[in-house]
Amino acid sequence: MLHFSKWKQLGILLAVLISVIMALPNVLPARYQDMLRPYGLRPITLGLDLQGGVNILLEIDREDLKKRLTEQLVGDIRSTLREAKIGYNGINRGPDGVRVRITRPEDMDRAVTGLRKLAQPVEAGGLFGAGAATALFDVGIDGQQVNFTFNEQGIDNKIQQAVSQSIKIVEKRVNPDGVVEATIQQQGKDRIVVQLPGVQDSQEVKSRLDRTAKLTFQLVCEAQPSAAGQNPPPECKALPMKDDPNNILWVQTSSRATVDGADLTDARGAFDQNNSPVVSFRFNQKGAERFGKMTRDNVGKPFAIVLDEMVMSAPRINEPILGGSGQISGSFTVEETNNLAVVLRSGALPARLSIVEERTVGPSLGSDSIKAGVNASIIGLVLVVGFMIMSYGLFGVFANIALLVNLIMLIAVMSFFGFTMTLPGIAAIVLTMGMAVDSNVIIFERMREEWRNGRSAMSAIETGFKSAFGTIFDSNFTALIAAVVLFGVGSGPVRGFAITHAIGILTTVFTAYTVTRYIVSLWVARTKPREVPL
Amino acid sequence: MKFKPIRFIPDDTRFPIMRLSRFGFFVSGLLSLASVLLFIFVGLNVGVDFKGGTVMTIRTAQPANIEQLRAQVNSLGLGNAEIQEFGSPNDVLIRLPAAEGGEDAQQTAIARVKQALGSGVEFRSVEVVGPKVSAELAEQGIIAVVSAIIGILLYVWFRFEWQFAAGAVLSLLHDVLITIGVFCLLRIEFNLQIIAAILTIVGYSLNDTVVVFDRIREYMRKYKSMNLADLIDFSINSVFPRTILTSVTTMLALIALYIFGGEVLRGFTFTMILGVLIGTYSSIFIASPVLILLGTVMSEKKAPDARARAAAARP
Repeated sequence: MLHFSKWKQLGILLAVLISVIMALPNVLPARYQDMLRPYGLRPITLGLDLQGGVNILLEIDREDLKKRLTEQLVGDIRSTLREAKIGYNGINRGPDGVRVRITRPEDMDRAVTGLRKLAQPVEAGGLFGAGAATALFDVGIDGQQVNFTFNEQGIDNKIQQAVSQSIKIVEKRVNPDGVVEATIQQQGKDRIVVQLPGVQDSQEVKSRLDRTAKLTFQLVCEAQPSAAGQNPPPECKALPMKDDPNNILWVQTSSRATVDGADLTDARGAFDQNNSPVVSFRFNQKGAERFGKMTRDNVGKPFAIVLDEMVMSAPRINEPILGGSGQISGSFTVEETNNLAVVLRSGALPARLSIVEERTVGPSLGSDSIKAGVNASIIGLVLVVGFMIMSYGLFGVFANIALLVNLIMLIAVMSFFGFTMTLPGIAAIVLTMGMAVDSNVIIFERMREEWRNGRSAMSAIETGFKSAFGTIFDSNFTALIAAVVLFGVGSGPVRGFAITHAIGILTTVFTAYTVTRYIVSLWVARTKPREVPL
Repeated sequence: MKFKPIRFIPDDTRFPIMRLSRFGFFVSGLLSLASVLLFIFVGLNVGVDFKGGTVMTIRTAQPANIEQLRAQVNSLGLGNAEIQEFGSPNDVLIRLPAAEGGEDAQQTAIARVKQALGSGVEFRSVEVVGPKVSAELAEQGIIAVVSAIIGILLYVWFRFEWQFAAGAVLSLLHDVLITIGVFCLLRIEFNLQIIAAILTIVGYSLNDTVVVFDRIREYMRKYKSMNLADLIDFSINSVFPRTILTSVTTMLALIALYIFGGEVLRGFTFTMILGVLIGTYSSIFIASPVLILLGTVMSEKKAPDARARAAAARP
């Protein structure tokens, strides 16, 4: 038990040495840290609760997505039936889909053939998605009525698509210049987690995320409301004005009267001739042609610049705009135009994202937490080390050496493998100190018992290690179960606790047992003890 | 080294644990019942993690005037805001209830509070949890505690006997129940950190229990003729110094953390300190005495070593 082969000794020393090297960057000045980084040696990664930053959880708004799909479907139904010259009386939008009533029974067959094509199969993403295309709508026929009902499986697939599209767009919005180390990842089925270390004000980030930024240019209807609450004529839609949301403008909805902002290639914050902030934009070729045609055909009439269902402004077309560039005015502040430009460049989100969770920690709180955590760790360490020496004398010193190695290994593993250290993680380190010596307490108490029961010193020491191992293993394994469960369900800081605690348990089993045993074996070989100094 | 180690716990203690455990069962039963009643009639002070809402911590330039802040925030009509000092006279914690109207309304609420308090105030942290996420977190928290207990039940069952597993789980439930009772009584905020602390207590308390169980199993094989009550007494007394010393070292670390670790961790550390006390008590007075109630029969056949059994099962 107390004999270590040369190889084993080498292994232990090597493990300790490697740990020291891996933990080293944490105590080096930044200059040397950068030198070591290429070798994979880096200081521990701090969580957002320690370095300060913004953590936002976004969720794709399923209802909003359905609403969009409904609107798109209604538009498609109209143009399909119009092109086929099929009469219909009324399109009904409901929460679970759309219904159309065809006027003449003899048109039904043609209508159904045409309308079925609109059900839009969606490829499911992911590994098993290939070939499995599900339609967004189920099409049913009820007399002269064609019913489009949402297919929830199809919607799920659409959401999956929307999430991956949105991640790219969100990236461009939160980090337009690429200067922040942003992390943007999918979480669950319909969520995106955005982490921005070092960002202090979440307001600006949120103002860029909470809009889809769907931009359209739409001609204004001839008829306008004369009183509040009037219903717009068909092919017109009532939209609020940005200056005064109570002021309603009727804009045309047909595709001929609309140019989509998806064809933008660039957008910048700028100033117009009156020095008011505006957003200047440029279309790609397709957009430029459409925009040119619309403005040429409608000189003298007003058109509305619509962003997310709100009219920014409705200028008059003074002359055809053929160059493919223009300006969006709308009594903006400079900050608004800059944000709007970022958002427009990124493109429109496939659906609205709602912020379902947000945790922001300011940098001052983060650094206070680090200081408090480090103080508590040092004081805790001193107390535990002192107590061990008082209780076990020389063997207490051995246990303390093992404890020190334990902490170095814990920090080494966390640093090298890039696990995140959070404030609860620091608590886990302090806890590890308290609990790590437990294994040594078990061993030492056992030695003492065996010694008092009349064994020789050598035999007592040996038996102490041997019979304590099972106990140490069992008791640590059960603690590990709890830590692993916690890792599985926790998020953010709590997960940081779980991982630190779990690694702490593993390093404890190694150091408290193997390292202590090795030190004791060296001591035994040197002094050939005749009694157990406990 | 001439230094003589101090013996904090005398050797060969002879505490009549089994006799005391009757009293222990009574007290624990009473406390558990009280905890259940507290939980039902008083309830937990559930934090934003589990019920949704907003928590902000702010730092003011001068010592904060809590009354004035309360008036300012409450005049915004965002529901009943809780405002309290947070660790120092300049630090204040503001808790807003979940805004009606879901996620967007919560975002508006923060913006309005920021505006109302002006620029002289540093917002140190902001946490907003929407109704959907909070419901999920609550569900996950319950799943975590339950699955940890089941996992441990299975492990102890595999390594020992079912009576041991039952004893371990009973004492864990006892620990969790009383911890929750204390939380109801003291109105301390119950959040994700507390769940983490409870799971750690589960691990710690079990650690203690397993050490005792190991010793009982060992003595069962060694002293086959001793009656079970005496054997359990003997086992608990044999590991008694270890039980106490480990609790002391863990406690030392936790007290350092409680005093110096800062306000954010205080709830967590408090739970852990409580848990170590209850866990140490329960592994002595609950887990092992339960073995007798469940009628662990002492025979080599009924209490085989799981390792030996596993070895025998191998081809």
